[in-house]
Amino acid sequence: MVAKVFIFVAHTDGKADDTAFELVTAAKRLFPGCAPVALVTGSGLDGVCQEMAAALGEVWKFDQAALAHPNAELLWPLLVKVLPAGAMLLLPHSSLGMDLGPGLSVRLGAAYLPDVVGTEASEGTTLRVIRQEFNGQVSTHLHCDASGGAVITVRSGAFPPEATGSAVGQVSDRSGDAEGLTARRTFVEVIPAEAGDIDITREEVLVAVGRGIGDQENLALAEELALAMGAALCCSRPIVDAKWLAKSRQVGTSGLTVQPKVYLALGISGSFQHLGGIKGSPLLVAINKNPNAPIFQAASVGVVADLLELLPALTEKIHQSR
Amino acid sequence: MEILVCVKRVPDSAENEISIGADGADIRRDDLVYSVNEWDNYAVEEAIQIVERVGGSVTVVAVGTADAEEVVRREMAMGATQGLLLVDEAFEGSDGLGIATILRAAAQRGQYDLILTGAQADDGAAQVGGMLAALLDWPYASLVNRIEVNAGESLRIGREIEGGSQEISEIATPCVLSIQTGLNEPRYVGIRGIRKVASVEIPMLDAAALGIAEGSVGQTGAKVQRVDYFVPQTGLGAEMLAGSTVELASQLVEILKTKGGLK
Repeated sequence: MVAKVFIFVAHTDGKADDTAFELVTAAKRLFPGCAPVALVTGSGLDGVCQEMAAALGEVWKFDQAALAHPNAELLWPLLVKVLPAGAMLLLPHSSLGMDLGPGLSVRLGAAYLPDVVGTEASEGTTLRVIRQEFNGQVSTHLHCDASGGAVITVRSGAFPPEATGSAVGQVSDRSGDAEGLTARRTFVEVIPAEAGDIDITREEVLVAVGRGIGDQENLALAEELALAMGAALCCSRPIVDAKWLAKSRQVGTSGLTVQPKVYLALGISGSFQHLGGIKGSPLLVAINKNPNAPIFQAASVGVVADLLELLPALTEKIHQSR
Repeated sequence: MEILVCVKRVPDSAENEISIGADGADIRRDDLVYSVNEWDNYAVEEAIQIVERVGGSVTVVAVGTADAEEVVRREMAMGATQGLLLVDEAFEGSDGLGIATILRAAAQRGQYDLILTGAQADDGAAQVGGMLAALLDWPYASLVNRIEVNAGESLRIGREIEGGSQEISEIATPCVLSIQTGLNEPRYVGIRGIRKVASVEIPMLDAAALGIAEGSVGQTGAKVQRVDYFVPQTGLGAEMLAGSTVELASQLVEILKTKGGLK
């Protein structure tokens, strides 16, 4: 039996996000030979639907003003209504996917596979996928009983989009199914991130600090190094959580996306959320005391060292070389 | 407001290098330092602050082995009103839905207006809060980084969405919220605080006491099973530098100079 496979299309400003095409790749690896159906929800969807119809055979459109901003509490009742029994639904592991996926799986009676980074051949209705745990330090193989369907969230960047060829897909307007949806959670507004004193997205050389810096007072070592290099200082999430640096200095999916030429990562473990904020393939130099830190898999140059010893030495060496 | 906060005892990944045992069945746990899941600690702090503003109580609950008592007691030392442990051999091997099913049974024993979980824990699945909400048929919001209690039966909440923006919503109570780190500053717990709650009794409930049917949770009830742990072979990895501190600094300066890292 060929699985009934659906992908949920996230979109911004009338264009499908990269995740939509990554989900197509993931769907085809998980369910060889499947013909995924694209689900597009929102308001004013013709452009996105045409774009998806050029890649896939079938697009279901749910166009309602109430869905203009995605609200998981409106979307789950819609999806419970329209998905067939045993459906396999792929979502991006994004703020929306995490909001929607777990509860939806319960309501569909389906299995839930979150933040999938890889797949292996399925056996019947047993899906075999790869996830990571402990902030990417180790991976796991999972087996999943998908006989009652599955909701699968897919990590951004793990399944690069493939050329899908040109399809002449049918856009099926199912907006009527999305009429009169109600929820106990209502969207009010989006408050954009505050701009900071410097714009790290425009900097060519960045010194980034993470939890490995230890104490707030040690931050001065990184500041002195950045000053010596002529670089700007940025950070990973724990530093902002601890209120040591402003949110406008945070690199990552929940912070800013930077495109430097050189990125020096100090005491940063290298979670996918952090790496997701570094674009443009910079020279990535990582210094970390943990030799197993995932950052060393992404970095071009790595040093296993104690920051408190190495940073002053490095700063001094730079001053000497000037 | 009556608040239930679900917490998990996890290896502290800031303090530990995680490695895998010889047969790949589990990580090496012998020498690990355990603590409360970081996200959960923010959730407990938020619950305590809400109760300080509007009154009510905070109950901290953990599913696990008897070892989980230490983290429940730690969170009680922060100021939670009471603790609850859900412990049974039959819970071992539960998937996310199994854990949510066990927590639902605990939630239904009280009259809670609000249930908080951490947004995720050591396995990064970010699933239990949303599943618990669905099992209870309560509304849910994930990645919450702001909570204001409105007059009446609703909350005004912020969710962290991509790019550092904040999505503001109104949500009806009772509801389940999963908490993102950074929304408050969790208070420090000293030895004295732990001592104060050292003799407080923490009730422990098993599957029978919770009315959970055999086989509905644990390994047998799990649709999702972890087969093994492994370290992936990915890409080439970094060119690793070696040498004394001074040698490392010299090598780094050369590399940075060549690649435009010194301006």
